[in-house]
Amino acid sequence: MSATRTLTVEAARFGYAGRIVVDGLDLRIPPGAVTVIVGANACGKSTLLRGMARLLAPERGSVLLDGKDIHRTPTRQVARALGLLPQSPTAPEGIAVADLVARGRTPHHGLLGRWTPADDEAVARALTATGVLDLADRPVDELSGGQRQRVWIATALAQETDVLLLDEPTTYLDVTHQVEVLDLLTDLNRDRGTTVVMVLHDLNLAARYADHLVAVKDGALYATGAATEVVTPQTVADVFGLRAEVIEDPVSGAPLVLPVGRHHTRRD
Amino acid sequence: MSESIEAASVEVIRRGRRRRVRRRRTVVVCLVAVLAALFLTSLCVGHTVYSPYDALRVVLGETVPGASFTVGRLRLPRALTGALAGFAFGLAGATFQTLLRNMLASPDVIGITSGASAAAVFAIIVLGLGGTAVFVVAVPAGVLVALVIYLLTYRQGVLGARLVLVGIGVGALLNSVTSYLLLRAPAWDVQEAMRWLTGSLSSAFWDGVGPLAAGVVPLSAVLLALERPLTALQLGDDSARALGTRVETVRLALVLGAVGLTALATAATGPIAFVAFLSGPVAQRLTGGNGSPLLPAALTGAVLVLAADLVGQFAFDTRFPVGVVTGALGAPCLLWLLARPGRTRLARRAEGVL
Amino acid sequence: MRTRSSLWLSACVLLVAVAAVLSVMFGARTVSPGDALAALVHGDDGSLARAAVRQRVPRTGLALLVGAALGTAGAVMQSLTRNPLADPGILGVNAGAALAVVCGIAYLGISAPEQYVWLAVGGAGAAAVLVYVIGSRGRGGATPVKLALVGTMVTAALSSLVSAVLLPRLDVVDTFRFWQIGGVGGASADGILQVLPLLGVGFVLGLASARGLNALALGDDLATGLGQHVARTRLLAALGAVLLCGAATAAAGPIGFVGLVVPHTVRLLTGPDNRWVLPLSALTGAALVTLADVTGRLVARPEDMEVGIVTAVIGAPVFIAVARRQKVREL
Repeated sequence: MSATRTLTVEAARFGYAGRIVVDGLDLRIPPGAVTVIVGANACGKSTLLRGMARLLAPERGSVLLDGKDIHRTPTRQVARALGLLPQSPTAPEGIAVADLVARGRTPHHGLLGRWTPADDEAVARALTATGVLDLADRPVDELSGGQRQRVWIATALAQETDVLLLDEPTTYLDVTHQVEVLDLLTDLNRDRGTTVVMVLHDLNLAARYADHLVAVKDGALYATGAATEVVTPQTVADVFGLRAEVIEDPVSGAPLVLPVGRHHTRRD
Repeated sequence: MSESIEAASVEVIRRGRRRRVRRRRTVVVCLVAVLAALFLTSLCVGHTVYSPYDALRVVLGETVPGASFTVGRLRLPRALTGALAGFAFGLAGATFQTLLRNMLASPDVIGITSGASAAAVFAIIVLGLGGTAVFVVAVPAGVLVALVIYLLTYRQGVLGARLVLVGIGVGALLNSVTSYLLLRAPAWDVQEAMRWLTGSLSSAFWDGVGPLAAGVVPLSAVLLALERPLTALQLGDDSARALGTRVETVRLALVLGAVGLTALATAATGPIAFVAFLSGPVAQRLTGGNGSPLLPAALTGAVLVLAADLVGQFAFDTRFPVGVVTGALGAPCLLWLLARPGRTRLARRAEGVL
Repeated sequence: MRTRSSLWLSACVLLVAVAAVLSVMFGARTVSPGDALAALVHGDDGSLARAAVRQRVPRTGLALLVGAALGTAGAVMQSLTRNPLADPGILGVNAGAALAVVCGIAYLGISAPEQYVWLAVGGAGAAAVLVYVIGSRGRGGATPVKLALVGTMVTAALSSLVSAVLLPRLDVVDTFRFWQIGGVGGASADGILQVLPLLGVGFVLGLASARGLNALALGDDLATGLGQHVARTRLLAALGAVLLCGAATAAAGPIGFVGLVVPHTVRLLTGPDNRWVLPLSALTGAALVTLADVTGRLVARPEDMEVGIVTAVIGAPVFIAVARRQKVREL
């Protein structure tokens, strides 16, 4: 269904009010795969994601969706192809879960905005996929952090886009829910072919779940490729400034980063 | 997932949505009914009580001896002004509260009404204007004050908390200007002063209704037409953009519309205290927070103004202007809204401010 | 810092003296300094100049006292609430005092100033508690913006109640005008004597809490760790501020922004040490209100512009400037 959607960044510069955060960056997101962007704090990974989601206009260069400049495409059209989970979404007070998720259907409505049965079905599918169907009539404010995050993901899912961008979807979640959410996104990718691009701060989870890993340092690409290629002690040292050993994760086979600090290191 | 489970889940969703839409519709219908009842009561009740039948005849243009003057020339414009101003205040207040994502940020707190008031008082006392001319002065003044507040606040995007604070400062300054102008007025008239300091319907005559309606109706139409993008904006700028909303354009239109409505209503009745602040939260409590807050809030505003005016006129020995009634009731309502135990949602709203 | 602060202290004392002299000199007619001194020393000799001076002395005295009270109260409130925007006008304290007094006059038939001073203090305290309790709801507690917002709304509500009480009694129109904007025009020696005891206690409590407030500025936990009795310091300081605000409002009506502008200015000069900030705020406040009153008299000759308007015109821009500089989180 969506293995054809291409998202490319060409020589782009993104910044805020005179400060350049990302410069001269070229990136091609492989369609139909899970891409994870990692990097140290304030390296520009969120900025990059927001630029790809057309929330930020590039000062130089361009972002192309299916070969067309994303900023020259009508924004609603983009919204039907590309969905976003931002870092700190806000929900209006007292809104019910099903109504919040229903807001995700907005790009499919246009000015007259008639609600169709297809919309109900999309909402139902999104709620079922994220496992929050039984919470459909509850106010979002009353949910736990993990439940709320899943509701927000359902909102993005209800948009039924071929590409899904997520900015740190696992922050504020405990380990159990982190794994749940990432497994859900993997399901989405495997079952529907959705191209998933997410920023994660946890390098080990990123290494496990990424088909394609992108390491960003100081607003520029440091390395891209499969996790086994990208996650090396050298990369970890350069990108995060962290001395580490990398072994093979016995559970998944992905690279596992073991930080070497000043204490608690065995001297063999 | 099997077909029947999927169909069942869709049914759950559909039923829930229908229920919420029905609730909202019921609330709107009830508010319209209450508004109509209050309107009719305002026409009938007074020194002389007329029957609803007679009042309606006057409204429809018939000449009824005795009633035609009282109802037609005095009470009808008063009720119309009150309803229109209340509608405008409620709508503008809910828009600001939604845009700034904070219940406490209503136009009468953040200085917008103070600007229109000061300009209107200036126009009346210093320039000696009246009628439509006052509107012509007050509305751009309100917009100008809003612009000044925005410019004073703007730094890498407008931060809501700073806007609120600057608005309070500007409001205080303009309030003192208004007070000064009122004190210097050649014939210091308590009624006139009350109108501009707290809001009153006593000076409502037919020549004011025309310009007020001419402004309120189109601006309200614009804001109500933007309900859907507003619901997207409620999710945050990033989410709204991701959903395909043209955030900057919509926000500008909403702000201009809300400021315009506030200035219009203030120019007509003075700054009726707390209507803009209370209408949104009350409407939200009634509809349960789903769907757009705008229309229910607007209707609530109109209901509040008409009800408060009736109370102010007839409930006590002295006639109190509507602003004193709403202001005096505002404090307990504020307490009730903010201090109820377990109101974690509202607390979270208030907590969003620094 | 110590020598600089003492320099500022001397400068402020000088400023107060100058302000006082100016206040006696200027008005509907100007009196030369020589005549002013002669009038003060030798008493009334029937000349118009001497009469003007005798009339202005109580007015000057009241302006000085009220200014000092509001300046000190503002500095204490800002320290107590750790809120740079605290001001008795903004936080609704003045409105509470005004309402209490108006109710006392209207319903309890109180006409003796020494009685309604107590009412004013009670009203000021009640309003302060109300605003603080409402503003503390929700996560984050009583943040500066919440307090400012709640204070503005409580002020609006209480002012409406003041109007509600006064409207049926239009024979007290002048009182109504008086309560709309603060003014020292109705000052008399007796009136000042009435409020003096409460002001005195307020000053003592406020100034004595300076060291305690310094410790509180570090946070409750750290202050307790340093051996400070947090609750007691807070209570006494708050009591002092309320007494000062209440008495000042009872004497001169609600005058806004003095409590905001003065401590900020002083802090710019001396730094945050309350042992300097409080006394200097008192002196600067006294000078500010007196000078504002003189300005009001000069600008609007032969009448005068109430001091509350002048302080608002000066104070509001300062408030805005402080608000802009604040680091505020995204709403």
